[in-house]
Amino acid sequence: MAKAHVYKRDHINTDEIIPARYLNTDDRAELASHCMEDLDADFIKKAKPGDIIVAGFDFGCGSSREHAVWSIQGAKISAVIAQSFARIFYRNCINCGFYPIELADAVNLINDGDELEIDYANGVINNKTQNKKIEFKPLPDFAIEIINDGGLLEHISKKQKV
Amino acid sequence: MSMTITEKILAKAAGEKTVSPGQLINANIDVIMCHDVTTPPAVSMLEARGIDKVFDREKIVVTPDHFQPAKDIKSAELHKRLDDWAVRHKIKHYYKIGRAGVCHALLPEQGHIRPGEVIIGGDSHTCTYGAFAAFSTGVGSTDLAAAIATGQMWFRIPESIKFVLNGSLSKGVYSKDVILAVIARIGVDGALYKAMEFTGATLKEMSMEARMTITNMAIEAGAKSGIIGFDETTKKYLDEHLKEKIDYTIYESAPDAKYAAVEEFDCSKLEPMVALPHLPSGGVAISDCAGKQMNQCYIGSCTNGRIEDLRIAAKILKGKSVAIRTLIIPATPEIWKQAKDEGLFDIFYEAGCVIAAPTCGACLGGFMGILAAGEKCVSTTNRNFVGRMGSPKSEVYLASPATAAASAITGKLTDCRKYL
Repeated sequence: MAKAHVYKRDHINTDEIIPARYLNTDDRAELASHCMEDLDADFIKKAKPGDIIVAGFDFGCGSSREHAVWSIQGAKISAVIAQSFARIFYRNCINCGFYPIELADAVNLINDGDELEIDYANGVINNKTQNKKIEFKPLPDFAIEIINDGGLLEHISKKQKV
Repeated sequence: MSMTITEKILAKAAGEKTVSPGQLINANIDVIMCHDVTTPPAVSMLEARGIDKVFDREKIVVTPDHFQPAKDIKSAELHKRLDDWAVRHKIKHYYKIGRAGVCHALLPEQGHIRPGEVIIGGDSHTCTYGAFAAFSTGVGSTDLAAAIATGQMWFRIPESIKFVLNGSLSKGVYSKDVILAVIARIGVDGALYKAMEFTGATLKEMSMEARMTITNMAIEAGAKSGIIGFDETTKKYLDEHLKEKIDYTIYESAPDAKYAAVEEFDCSKLEPMVALPHLPSGGVAISDCAGKQMNQCYIGSCTNGRIEDLRIAAKILKGKSVAIRTLIIPATPEIWKQAKDEGLFDIFYEAGCVIAAPTCGACLGGFMGILAAGEKCVSTTNRNFVGRMGSPKSEVYLASPATAAASAITGKLTDCRKYL
């Protein structure tokens, strides 16, 4: 069961997602243990594997630290749904094989605790709690290719082999 | 051929005659900037996939800066990984501690930034180099790894927003105040995915150091890049700093180039600005926030840690004493030496400041001036997010070196014009 953790906030930045005091490591498990710490110190206790973060505009603004994506992936969060994403964070997600879902009005369509199921192929979020299907605009094909290959480096290696 | 300067540079890098916004390209990279936080993971990714190679050992510039000198054991491990890699691949431009400095101050100073080139760096403030009529953008570790190995990177051609800066700045108002005013108007995602192209008479009167403060903060408006056209000031700086490769190509926007928007600013009316917590877009005039009690003053960083910034701070602090703890962090060893030779250190010492070695330090909450819960810091840096310089319960107020220095004397946010 994928539960939504909704943060009705714009501009949730990489310093909140993974504070710089933890950037002295790139160990995924350690980064995961501090995921979202300066936004919500209890997040890591509440979040179960597969859960989903939902937020407002400009999620992931600030630093280029890919550690932000690693901490979210390390915490086994299955998706981030935001009204928009900051550029470098968005790119980092794709490069890490993690699908950033852009959804207008996300924080109003989804309530904290809602149970969600995501159909990436058809661009549909099934809000099981509200019994509602919400469409989102899928990523461009080239980005989906990178994600399906498991990330940018896997994508490049695969292309070079071909 | 009605392209903007950004489109022209990216078209050249992709080997295309023309490009337009939205188009995907694969660009050849001219310079890659590497530092101690994001490069070691990039190297590990390459090693893990058996592609531990560098595309050109002369086009990569390496400097530890974020946690240097190593602040703890884990940082020392990062530095060791960076050093092992740089030595193993015989990276030509590797600035070791003693010559290492805050990357975005160091690379232009050491002659690694040329107009018309495409530069990427594993750091969001890589947009700084756009002050030299180059395309420059920050990336994460995976992009960095791919670029290190292949020398290429995919980009979507950004739309450009033109910022026309008119009028001469009045006394006590600096380029930091200009960029804080720009971000206050358009917001922290006002230029999301776009290139910010700065032009206008105000820039003509600014040094390269001052211009770099403006392009440095393009990311704080969500931009992919910031760029300023080439002129005599650019040429003079390059004549003094370029060492090996001294040739470059000058591009400029076509008169009929298309922009997503044009924003005009009358900079002659600007007051000194302070960005209140917790967003860089929180800029207000000093007259609207003066008197707020501070606990610390921080003068340094890739935004405002250059010699010109230290001179401005010293001018204000001369013969005065600071009322709060005040840290001066020259951004590079050359700036450090210059400040010492010019007698600025004596002024800072007499005023009661701490003078540190070049480092990103507390700008990103690393070390060297971390804030406790409830503390407030007036800082010449670029971000005032929650917890940026320490405790999530601390506050950062972004300002120019002059405003920071004046506030250090009184211990409260203060109008620097009183001391000029």
